Amino acid sequence: MATKILIPAPLRPYTDNLEAVEVEGSSVGEVMRNLITRYGELKRHLYTEDGKLRNFVNIYLNDEDVRNLAQGEDTPVGEKAVISIVPAIAGGL
Amino acid sequence: MLNLDTSQVTLSREEMERFSRHLILPEVGLEGQKRLKAGKVLCIGTGGLGSPLLLYLAAAGVGRIGIVDFDVVDVSNLQRQVIHGTSWVGKPKVESAKNRILEINPYCQVDVYNTALKADNALELFAEYDVIVDGTDNFPTRYLVNDACVLTGKPNVYGSIFRFEGQATVFNYEGGPNYRDLYPEPPPPGLVPSCAEGGVLGILPGIIGLIQATETVKILLGIGTTLSGRLLLYDALKMTFRELKLRKNPATPPITQLIDYEQFCGIPQARAAEQTEIPEITVDELKAWMDAGKAFVLVDVRNPSEWEIGRIPGAHLIPLPQIENGDGVEQVRRLLNGSELVVHCKSGARSAKALKILKAAGIEGKNLRGGILAWAAAYDPSIPKY
Repeated sequence: MATKILIPAPLRPYTDNLEAVEVEGSSVGEVMRNLITRYGELKRHLYTEDGKLRNFVNIYLNDEDVRNLAQGEDTPVGEKAVISIVPAIAGGL
Repeated sequence: MLNLDTSQVTLSREEMERFSRHLILPEVGLEGQKRLKAGKVLCIGTGGLGSPLLLYLAAAGVGRIGIVDFDVVDVSNLQRQVIHGTSWVGKPKVESAKNRILEINPYCQVDVYNTALKADNALELFAEYDVIVDGTDNFPTRYLVNDACVLTGKPNVYGSIFRFEGQATVFNYEGGPNYRDLYPEPPPPGLVPSCAEGGVLGILPGIIGLIQATETVKILLGIGTTLSGRLLLYDALKMTFRELKLRKNPATPPITQLIDYEQFCGIPQARAAEQTEIPEITVDELKAWMDAGKAFVLVDVRNPSEWEIGRIPGAHLIPLPQIENGDGVEQVRRLLNGSELVVHCKSGARSAKALKILKAAGIEGKNLRGGILAWAAAYDPSIPKY
């Protein structure tokens, strides 16, 4: 089953400029691993060298931060689930 | 609800007329208008976000507005910083903003701070106000605003923008989460391009800034449901608003004092690393090379849209994303054919990034210090400053 992942503007250069991609996987973690396998350059922008999600990027399953889910990355993705990647942006001028 | 003392606040007949559309709203009324007049709001930055929100806070009847900005109005600001006008180019933004605010609402007390917000002035400044609005444009100041709000117990009305997308929320309000709960740490410098590098749709900060103004007015009035605990995401191209849950993160260490935010955001470290890794060339040296007919290749790594604005004679356009995906590296290799390489962008950050990638691929080159802006200032006034 493919899950839709919304890609924010700052990361689109690494996903062939796509604003959303569909990726297979049964849990949030599996979907994300398949995403960075498909788009290799995304990996270093999302994860540290030891595989930890970077502190300035959040991953949401629907409207909930994956860090706040009881099962975290192992949370199963339901049908019609949407994963959002939301990095920190600072612009204001 | 914020504790605002309205016992000494009165509205004149002229003010009653001016704010009559508020007065007849049962949710605002005379007491609400007095709360707005008793309210003290500090806005950090009078740029894209600060401009529209200050106009509306002034019009709404906020009694005291403080504005912090060290910058002067530049002609390239006018595409979105709607509080400033053409006749104010070259003059301090805080003075320009004060002039416009008083034109809209002469009953407003405007405090101007023509200075940068720093760890040594933030706490004292924030203590004077009821609500802090973050309209800044960089990570060090955003963490400083957040931490100072937490330490002084002030709500932080947050907005930020990037190209066509914006984020807004309210931090540190009635026990709610703060910026460090959302993002414990900033990205390393250079990873996320700034608006000056990446561009921004001029209307976008208008929308986000007015969401911040709306939240500020609601907090002062004590009505409605604020964005506290919710992160609002706006996409101008798709015209969608999405909402994500924002919770306190128990792993976030408590904020006990202000720190060195440049250091926290890795800025001095990045600057030092860049200087030792990537050799630079000045525009004067480049001009001398050109005049002497030296054999070298000049590569411009800006976007094609920036290339259309202006270019240095003889430059080859190879945008940074092409270098990042590898195609551009091979293009540079073919162009070089043994001669020296100079790389430039708008002001030097992206070309440094490109040179780092090229270096990893075995290609050495020099970074043009100050980019095309420095070149335009020294040798070609026909290139627009953008």
